[in-house]
Amino acid sequence: MDKIWIISKRELAAFFDSLIAYVMIILFLGMSGFFTWLFGNNIFLINQASLQVFFGIGFWTLFFFIPAITMRMLAEETRSGTIELLSTKAITDWQIVGGKFLACLLLVMIALFCTLPYYITVSQLGSVDHGGIIGGYLGLILLSAGYISIGLFASSITNNQIVAFLMALFIGIFFQILFDVMGASFRGGLGNALNYLSMRAHFESLSRGVIDSRDIVYFLSITLVGLLFSQSMLSRRNWQG
Amino acid sequence: MSIVVDGLTKKYGEQKAVNNISFKVETGEVVGFLGPNGAGKSTTMKMITCYMAPSSGDVQLEGMSIHTHPDEIKKRIGYLPENNPLYLDMPIIDYLRFSAEVQGVPGRLIPERIAEMIETCGLEVEKHKQIGELSKGYRQRVGLAQAMIHNPDVLILDEPTTGLDPNQIIEIRKLIKKLGKEKTVILSSHILSEVEATCDRILIINRGRIAADGTSATLRQQAQGQELLTVQIEGAEPNEIRKALLGLASVEKVDEMEGKPGFCTVQSKPEQSSRKAVFDLCVGRKWYLLEMTGIETRLEDVFRELTN
Repeated sequence: MDKIWIISKRELAAFFDSLIAYVMIILFLGMSGFFTWLFGNNIFLINQASLQVFFGIGFWTLFFFIPAITMRMLAEETRSGTIELLSTKAITDWQIVGGKFLACLLLVMIALFCTLPYYITVSQLGSVDHGGIIGGYLGLILLSAGYISIGLFASSITNNQIVAFLMALFIGIFFQILFDVMGASFRGGLGNALNYLSMRAHFESLSRGVIDSRDIVYFLSITLVGLLFSQSMLSRRNWQG
Repeated sequence: MSIVVDGLTKKYGEQKAVNNISFKVETGEVVGFLGPNGAGKSTTMKMITCYMAPSSGDVQLEGMSIHTHPDEIKKRIGYLPENNPLYLDMPIIDYLRFSAEVQGVPGRLIPERIAEMIETCGLEVEKHKQIGELSKGYRQRVGLAQAMIHNPDVLILDEPTTGLDPNQIIEIRKLIKKLGKEKTVILSSHILSEVEATCDRILIINRGRIAADGTSATLRQQAQGQELLTVQIEGAEPNEIRKALLGLASVEKVDEMEGKPGFCTVQSKPEQSSRKAVFDLCVGRKWYLLEMTGIETRLEDVFRELTN
């Protein structure tokens, strides 16, 4: 755990030193703020003191932003060769992947923390459903964990950041929407299985305030599988050839 | 800390990058891997440092195997990879702290270790800069500093002097020699003079195999068993001198040197020396012996012979 934190600390410092963190937070707040408060089906039109609209926007904004922060993670280390230096120190591949995952998740959590004024504002407008808000934030965090692990996996299979970014979006879009669409067009077991794989249904029930352990297990399993795949891609140098 | 490499093999597809290499390095030895590009030097180092698992074979550090104790081994090894990859966006001091933390140096010792490394590696002037702003020579020093930050017993340096200017090369060599007094060092190079200047022992690696193993002196002897002298004699006709030299019991061959009148090379019979005989001959005939030098086989020749 110590080692994981050492890696995360370095990655977080790199985020903030290179301005990636600020750009990411400002863009996230700008996008989600614009759609929540100003544009289209915004918060004032639904006549409820709730953050439903924000959670719906966050669901999409994070989908696009997370690949942008994860693409660098392992691809850049492989390209520059620093992975060799890192993995010959007293650290395991699992700790490297874990550290990078934690750094990305913390960055997303900082961005989400910055939306706290939304909650404060809304709570002044009427009585809010606290369960829904806690569930919504929990949902966004779990969703992010899932996409970060997918992004890390995409970053571990290539040494090109652009490829990693596109690959993460490509894998992500299945969970974001395609499984949903495909699930609707199949009946029976296959349809159910595809529906179960879609992030949307799990996220929506969480953001309505229904904190069900099945949804949490779903997100945690996606995360764990993504991390295990990333780790085995990182270890491939051992069995290659 | 002794290193035992036993039957180490690494295959890339069908090709064997390292083919059944075995050797032993004792504590305090400085060993140089010498070989042409692509001979398997770096691959061998990557397996010793637990970066890659071998296809077969084993490496043991003080009885610990890379298969069973990689963490313990990594802690005891300091490694400078080829091309010296570093996080260019990090300041030197932060990077050294990061390296120390990853290697498990206790927190209270870290500032002390960083200060020591900055002094040993001569980074004082540049210490507040980012690594990306440094010249190649200074980056190399940062690479060495991160390799030694946890005070490892074994140092593995893959081409530590590539890209440095002659002054920096000499400094790095001095540093390696100094370190070699207490640590086990393995370094690789394709520059012969470098290996000769820094290493106690040389392993010549070619096409994944060990082609020769020994000190620079023994390697030379292996390649050239016979004594070779250059002599310059005056006082008689060159032909007469040549005949007289050939008449000596220990001399096998005498050649006149091209472009240098009066000089000739004298090759002795195996395991014999003709120095005294040549001198006595000159004294006896009242010739002037102006010069007599032994020619050493250059390591370059040994290297070319073994790797071509």
